[in-house]
Amino acid sequence: MTISPPSDFASTAEQPRWQRYFGFSTDHKVIGLQYLVCGFLFYFIGGALAGALRTELLTPISDFMPREVYNELLTLHGTVMIFLWIVPVVNGAFGNYLIPFYVGARDMAYPRLNAVAFWMIPPAGVLLISSYFLGGASQSGWTAYPPLSLNTAATGQVIWILSVLLLGGSSIFGAINFVGTILKMRRPGLQMMQLPMYCWAMLGTSILVLLSTPVLAGTLVLLSFDIVAHTGFFNPAMGGNAVVYQHLFWFYSHPAVYIMVLPAFGLVSEILPVHARKPLFGYTTMVYSIMAIVFLGLIVWAHHMFTSGTPPWMRLFFTIATSFIAVPTGIKFFNWLATLWGGSISLNSAVMFSCGFIVNFVFGGITGIALAQVPFDIHVHDTYFVVGHFHYIVYGGTVFVIFASIYHWYPKVMGRLLNEPLGQLHFWLTFIGLNLCFAPQHWLGLNGMPRRVAEYDPQFQFINQISSVGALLMAVSTLPFLINVIWSAYRGTVAGDNPWNALTPEWLTSSPPPEENWHGEAPLVHEPYGYGLKSPVSS
Amino acid sequence: MTTSLPGPASGQNATEHSAAESTEHHPDHRLFGLATFLVADGMTFAGFFAAYLTFRAVNPLPEGAIYELELLLPSINTVLLLVSSFTFHRAGSALKRDDRQLCRRWLLITATLGLLFLAAQLKEYFSLPFGLTDNLYGSTFYAITGFHGLHVTLGSLMILIIWWQSREGGRVSSQNRFPLEATELYWHFVDGIWVVLYGILYLL
Ligand SMILES: [Cu+2]
Repeated sequence: MTISPPSDFASTAEQPRWQRYFGFSTDHKVIGLQYLVCGFLFYFIGGALAGALRTELLTPISDFMPREVYNELLTLHGTVMIFLWIVPVVNGAFGNYLIPFYVGARDMAYPRLNAVAFWMIPPAGVLLISSYFLGGASQSGWTAYPPLSLNTAATGQVIWILSVLLLGGSSIFGAINFVGTILKMRRPGLQMMQLPMYCWAMLGTSILVLLSTPVLAGTLVLLSFDIVAHTGFFNPAMGGNAVVYQHLFWFYSHPAVYIMVLPAFGLVSEILPVHARKPLFGYTTMVYSIMAIVFLGLIVWAHHMFTSGTPPWMRLFFTIATSFIAVPTGIKFFNWLATLWGGSISLNSAVMFSCGFIVNFVFGGITGIALAQVPFDIHVHDTYFVVGHFHYIVYGGTVFVIFASIYHWYPKVMGRLLNEPLGQLHFWLTFIGLNLCFAPQHWLGLNGMPRRVAEYDPQFQFINQISSVGALLMAVSTLPFLINVIWSAYRGTVAGDNPWNALTPEWLTSSPPPEENWHGEAPLVHEPYGYGLKSPVSS
Repeated sequence: MTTSLPGPASGQNATEHSAAESTEHHPDHRLFGLATFLVADGMTFAGFFAAYLTFRAVNPLPEGAIYELELLLPSINTVLLLVSSFTFHRAGSALKRDDRQLCRRWLLITATLGLLFLAAQLKEYFSLPFGLTDNLYGSTFYAITGFHGLHVTLGSLMILIIWWQSREGGRVSSQNRFPLEATELYWHFVDGIWVVLYGILYLL
């Protein structure tokens, strides 16, 4: 006979730790890890899809799979990686785990909404992947441009729309929570300009999510009408306008790049000062840069549409506006360098991945500025140059930061350090693999190889094989990482509460943290980056 | 050194606590959360309006598909919704004064105005010379007004639910005003969207 515990709270506390991760928990730390693990599952699926694509591209003819299947896998790869891996992990996982600590709260502002937001993701992912088995997945890429999306198999396209609507809803609910938590849940006495930089990054990201994701949702509903109810919003054959779809789509999907990359900026700004033992350089300029990127990010979308018959004034405006983004981004870049400059840097895996991020991101940023220039863009539009650029930003940028963050915060979550030699091996395999895979694609694009096609001109075969070898290296690189994460959970060096001697609030509690984050009241941290200062934590 | 502030705000929090919150230890931020959501919802409409205006500017209608919309019904509807915002506000202040009888009467009037709006909207739909799939203009008109109509339907239902919950012994009371205040905020938002919609779709 068992005696039922007095309240809901007690029952969750008495459950074994692992069971809570499969249920409707409202604890922000549990939800953060749910996002992370769920995201990694989809990362492996998306990676396997990429592996299949790169295998097909080893030869110029389509011999590994039929061309339609190539289109389906390509669409699934893009959608899974963006909507089920990067956006949920870099926002949902780290945001939910860290933000309550950073504002000195015991949980997010709306814990139940938070759990709902997470639990929308697994069904959406299963729905998306199931479409492959229900008569074929969408073939129109993650952009779903009409009329292509209207002419390919309807079932897969409609399921794709439903899935993205669910994921967009999850993203909006998450953003509501971040805005509420950062603006309203700060511990008394904690000023906005004293918050760790990741809070500002998440505030900016959430503003972008709230302003742009609903536009995508509305657009996809109209697209589904075109497919199901035979309206003609975006169907030129019925008097509709396909370019309006592109405008609305990119009004979301350009900011989506910042939804994927701004949180990474924030996380790097947390990691570098700790391991360089120096304050974050230029805190105020960092904050203003984030807000400038948010504003500019909303008015540059048509740089994706220079070949869509955009009038000259529009081309001019969007080229100039896009080029302007280099200013706040450059400020952040130099601030990170200045943070490292003269510091006593420990070159551990977290720092290696952060520096890898800086290198890759600068390269991706420079090709991005190049792509914003109309004459150049028209030349390489829809070629592998764009594929190379984009993957330098999202993989070389954001995914590198995700790994850096895992090396940095694993000891907080698990109480044990990750193994360093395995981490270094992981870094070098990933770094070499990424550059081998995506750098040659710029050359392919400049020489005119179109993207999203299973077959290509035989003269490109050798470079494509190099690229595929790079992809293989990236696949191999996950092995030391997986071994490390599992092995260290049982055998890793015991970390203690604050192995890095860090000053941000999440390190000022036990590892792992208690149910309500702090054993007593939340600490008041005025100088989260006060390394080398006399009394960083105020009293 | 991690010392904590004995916050003066914590005492203030206690007074702001409402009966509805059980587990949270902080003031009620739910209305703020709803406002954030409404910003997002408003952006959906903004996207639709932008699409509509672009369609009108660059996609000329075929011959014989130029429509003059009747202004009478939608103008009456504008008045209905504006008045309903006012009546909802009266219901809210009545609840604040703990006058449940009056609050429920205003709620019922508000819900009736909402339902009248929907009836007039349907009547307009049936009298229009174009259907959903006839042409781009018709599709956009129905998509936008339909999306707004869904909002009104949802709002009217919520008002009726609150009307039921604010009976003697129900969970909505002067101590727990959140459900009413949230619905009121939402209702004002839906009315505001209608005014913009009326301007763009009917007057422009
Ligand atoms: Cu862009």
